Amino acid sequence: MSTRHILLGLLAGGPSHGYDLKRRHDDHFPQARPLAYGQVYTTLQRLVRDGLAEVAGTDADGGPERTLYRLTEAGSRAVTDWSGQVTPPAPFVTNEIFAKVVVAILTGGDPAAHLLAQRAAHLARMRELTALKTDPDAPTAAVLAADYAVHHLDADLRWMTTTQARLTTLTAQTAEVHRA
Amino acid sequence: MTNHPAPLLAARDLVKTHGRTPALRGAHLELAAGEIVAVTGPSGSGKSTLLHCLAGIVRPDEGSVTYGGERVDRLPERRLSELRRTEFGVVFQFGQLIPELTALDNVALPLMLAGTARGAAQESAAEWLARFGASEQGRLRPGELSGGQAQRVALARALATGPRVVFADEPTGALDSLAGEQVMAALVRAARTSGTSVLVVTHDAQVAAYADREVRLRDGATAGLEVGA
Repeated sequence: MSTRHILLGLLAGGPSHGYDLKRRHDDHFPQARPLAYGQVYTTLQRLVRDGLAEVAGTDADGGPERTLYRLTEAGSRAVTDWSGQVTPPAPFVTNEIFAKVVVAILTGGDPAAHLLAQRAAHLARMRELTALKTDPDAPTAAVLAADYAVHHLDADLRWMTTTQARLTTLTAQTAEVHRA
Repeated sequence: MTNHPAPLLAARDLVKTHGRTPALRGAHLELAAGEIVAVTGPSGSGKSTLLHCLAGIVRPDEGSVTYGGERVDRLPERRLSELRRTEFGVVFQFGQLIPELTALDNVALPLMLAGTARGAAQESAAEWLARFGASEQGRLRPGELSGGQAQRVALARALATGPRVVFADEPTGALDSLAGEQVMAALVRAARTSGTSVLVVTHDAQVAAYADREVRLRDGATAGLEVGA
């Protein structure tokens, strides 16, 4: 995830200050890890240093004075390029569930029981997200984020189901590799 | 997890063999009033057979099915038909609507069979179609409906008689994901409003996520697959 490019994307709508950017980030990416204010300000300073954003003045609006930032032409190009780039489809498999199943096989644990418990946890999270996205008052960004999360959990669940079915073969093969 | 009291419908130690193929080998399931339960498992794990036994469509070889104190597996055919007509609603993967009737008449038919006059049945059917967002399809025949529209009509038909339990066997199996989502959301909303219990059989975790909990089947049995229940 590129916080830089997301902030550039939010600035594409017009000049904005850090507080507003943080608020809009959380609205547009409701299921994302919340963005810390400190990270917003550090990133903005780096964008200015790299010529992708610039200070557009200050805005008091009855409260403390805030620095307004806007996109530069280079920043506008950078964000368009980035959002148009194809993302490499997961070149490495670095999933914790996968790792735990392999380790459970290596250490003579009970991967089947682990997969069953993990399935329950995944389904519980899917129920929360399903309730969230089917709420008639849910904002579009929340629905899109919940959809994304549900589909990824579903992909994990499909993998877990296949693994469960393969476990007998998998255990035998891994034990053989371990002995060799 | 929702905490429900005594079950409305319960299956214990069910065994069922089709010819020489065992379909169920010790399946348990409890469904409380107002509860939505998903039965999941790989193909051939006995999900549909379990649903058929619970709905009184098929009699188990061994074990018991109890509904509100009655042994469904021992009921005479006449009482079973009555249960299926008044207390149970059933929806299959393909809506199984009557092709010659309009969507409205398909929904009105079970009401008329239960003794409601034609006019009142059609009025009630129109309300049920509206609840499932299918008002505009009332005059169309099943052949003129999309898969999602047909399933919404089938759900309206299953719920129109005010059943206490709706059985749905892969109700979104023939639909794309968005149409499936609309069908499931409509089913859950209607069931929650009327306090109807739902037993949904599915191989799709996204469908199971609409339920309060999951009952998992493997090789016809539920044993050893209960987690965090």
